[in-house]
Parts: sequence; structure tokens; C-alpha cells
Amino acid sequence: MRRERVPIVVTALAAIGAAFFILPLIGLLVRSPWGDALAALTAPETVEALKLSLIASLSATAVALILGVPLAWVYARVEFPGRDLLRALTTLPMVLPPVVGGIALLLAFGRRGLLGAWLYSIFGITFPFTTTGVVMAETFVAMPFLILSVEAGLRSMDRRYEEAARALGANRWRVFTRVTLPLIAPSLFAGAVLCWARALGEFGATITFAGNFPGVTQTMPLAVYLLLETNQEASFILSLVLLLVSLVVLVALRDRWLGSA
Amino acid sequence: MRVFRIAVLSVAGALLAACGTSGGTASTSPPATRLSGSIAVFAAASLTDVFNALGSAFQAVNPGVTVKFNYAGTPTLVTQIEQGAPADVLASADTTNMDRLKADGFTTGTPQVFAHNKLEIVVAPGNPKAINSLADLAKPGVIYVTEAPTVPAGKYSLQALKAAGVTVTPKSLETDVKSAVSKVELGEADASIVYTTDVKAAGSKVQGVPIADAYNVVATYPMVAVKASTSVTVGSAFIAYVLSPVGQAKLQAFGFLPAS
Repeated sequence: MRRERVPIVVTALAAIGAAFFILPLIGLLVRSPWGDALAALTAPETVEALKLSLIASLSATAVALILGVPLAWVYARVEFPGRDLLRALTTLPMVLPPVVGGIALLLAFGRRGLLGAWLYSIFGITFPFTTTGVVMAETFVAMPFLILSVEAGLRSMDRRYEEAARALGANRWRVFTRVTLPLIAPSLFAGAVLCWARALGEFGATITFAGNFPGVTQTMPLAVYLLLETNQEASFILSLVLLLVSLVVLVALRDRWLGSA
Repeated sequence: MRVFRIAVLSVAGALLAACGTSGGTASTSPPATRLSGSIAVFAAASLTDVFNALGSAFQAVNPGVTVKFNYAGTPTLVTQIEQGAPADVLASADTTNMDRLKADGFTTGTPQVFAHNKLEIVVAPGNPKAINSLADLAKPGVIYVTEAPTVPAGKYSLQALKAAGVTVTPKSLETDVKSAVSKVELGEADASIVYTTDVKAAGSKVQGVPIADAYNVVATYPMVAVKASTSVTVGSAFIAYVLSPVGQAKLQAFGFLPAS
């Protein structure tokens, strides 16, 4: 194949574009105090934030799977008026500023929120300042990634396998678990990983809706933000950990993103 | 190929450098008589309302001047300035953070105290949880939020609680005093300790509960010109304006205590 001549302007702009992303990463790598990395990573407040982040982001992914897969199935398989509008509403957090999401969550699930006031007065349940609140904030922001990925998987799969299984006498649940799920497994996996990574990095909705307290609601991104003011070296190292996780996620999903799908 | 790559990188580098130099604010040498130019004032969150008013008044007196504000918790502002944010003036809510910035060599001249402030407990209107003293914050069922201990208001709150011998576990450590007030306004928290000026600024949406003088802490607000400032003249003029009788009267109208 003949190599295409790349116009110099395109090359220059592309190089600037690439540098814009790469320089901040290099900045983190260069400025991180590698000698103190272990001390920073094993400091009690770091371990606490790491643990909370893992628990909250995995819980958010679990909730997203339980609620998001049925939603995706409905979007892909059921025709009903207003479907596109509903899909837009449930994937809005992908483009919504997370802080706005946090405020919206407060107005719905806060102590004086639409549903929250009712839950509080009858059951005494509150979500702000709790780990449950963190999981809710993370689910709100991250679940759309799972929904869209699973819906795309459901739409692109060959439905004749399902029809064959039905014809052979399998009930709908059996068809879903034995035929549909394995067929959409790559989309499901990619969606879950993306959702988890987004949940892990969540900041704005979490600090707005759930607040900030070590061990309860202070996740890694919140700890990074506050450490920048007290212990910059530790905040650089924690940023690097989050960066590494994101990179691993990207590499793991390389085929899905760069592939033909 | 490698030569080509290096060439591209150096072009990119040159362009980036060019962006850096042309992006800064102009007016390094404003005319001596009439002020002109734009300044960025980095101010503690508790100063939000009064500094907005002071900024408008200062601009009215100096038509060629634009004052922009960046409000946040003081430690956030100090960190931003140390990382190269284009600040011309810093107004801090304590001397500790100001001293840190000065010690690190980011300031010009001596920080000048322009106001004082006191603490108050902030509760919902009508005080539904009957909080009448610092000790009441530790009552069971009271959701107390405070500011992170690096934020001046959070540090002062801890001092007041310690003086009163009260131990209370907060539900959240907010990043600045205004977000602590908003948690009470929204009804998510029952109480917080903030400045008297914050209670006043929030109006009828909250209610203040005084803290006895024996435990109360007087906050000191210093301001200073930032060394990297490109509009030192305008910055200094703004500081002088805040310290002037007009500026001081405005601060007191918003509930601040006088500088001296």
C-alpha cells in the first residue's frame, strides 16, 4: 500500500493534540516521589480510601449490572413510545457535570428530597454522609456506560440462536442465561469494566451528595483532592495509582475499542 | 523518520511556548494616574458576598479596571497559587495558610490584616433540634458537619470545641465553609460551625446560635499581593481600597469585625 503524504499542518496539530494528553501524564510520573511511594501507599488514610473506593466502585458495578442489564434489554428488544427519550434520560449522566448529578441526587434522595423525605420520615433512612450514598452517586454516574455497551451487544447479536433455543423448548430465562448472556459476554464485560472505572474515578457527585469523611465517604479521588493541600507527594502517588488502573482498563478493552465493532 | 519526529515535536513545543507567553494578562505598566487592567483576587470562601460587593464598588471607582474573583477554601487557593495559578491578590481566612505562602516565597510585601470574624453555630430555621450550645452538637441524633481541618473554619471549629471540652464526630469534612452552610441549608446536616458572616449571608434559610465568648475563636483575615502578579499596581490599589474607610464600612455591613 502506498504511504499517504501527511500534510505538515495536520501532523503539527496532531502532535500538539497528543502532547496535550501525554505531557500531564509525564508530569505526574516525573514529579512523583518514587522513594516515598510505598510509605504513601501504605499510610492508614490511603489504605482506608483505597479500601472504600474498591468496595464502593464494585458495589456500584454490581448495582449497575442488576438494574442496567434489564434496562439495556428493554431498550434493545421492546418497542414503545418514548423509548429514545427514556434512553436519553438514563444516559444523561455521561454528559452531565457530576456536581449537577450530586445536586439532583440530593433533591431526590436527600433528607428533604422527593423520595428521601418520605424514606426519612417513615423509616429513618438517610443516604447523604453514608457509604450507601457513595454507591448511589457512583452508580448514577457510571451505569450509563454499562447500559449503552450492553444494548449495543444485544442489538448486534444474531437473534436466530435465541429463536432456535426457544424452538427446542427452552424457556425464556433459560434462553437468556444460556444463549443471550454468553453471546453478549464481551459487551457485558466491557460495559462492566468501563462502569467500574468510571465509578472508581467519581468525584463531583460523591462529594456533593455523600460528603467527605475518611473511611465512610472519602474515596480515592476525594483523598487525592484533599491531600493536594496537605501532602502533595502522597496525592501525586495516589493520582498515579488511579492513572495506572485507568491504563490497565484501556489496555484490557483495547480490542473492543480499536476493533471493527 | 526520527528526524521528522523530532522536528514535529519541536514545532509543537514552540507553539506551546508561544501560547504560554501570549496568554498572560497584559498591562505590566499601567498609567500612574488612571488605573487600568484586570486582576484576579483569590479569596477565602467566607468572603464571597462582601468581596463581590467590594469588587463592584472598586470597579465603579476605577472604570478601567476589571476584578475577577476565585473563591475556595483558603488551603485550596494557596495550593493553586503555588502551582502557578494567575493570582494577583490573596485574601486568606487565617494567618497559617498566609504564612505558608509567604514562607514559600510566593508573596510580595507584608500581608495586611483587613478584617476579623467570629464563629457561630448554624442550624435550620426554627432550630428544630434545639441546639443552644457547643455541647448540644454532641447530642445523639444531631448530624454535624464541619470543614476539613486544613480549612481555616474547620481549624477554628476544632479550637472552639476543644475549648468547650466537647467531642463530636462530624459526618462530613467539607472543603470550604460555604459548602458546610449549604449542607445545613439543604437540610442534610442539622448543624455546623461557621462564621457569623456566613449565617448573615444565608439570610432566612438558616439560623445562627451564638457561641459563648469564652470558647469562641476570632479569625484573622490577611491579604497580600502575589509575587507572580502582572498587575501589581491594580492589586495594591485593591488592597488599599479594602483597608480604606469605605472598604472597612462595607466589610462591617456584611458582619465582619474591623481590622484593628
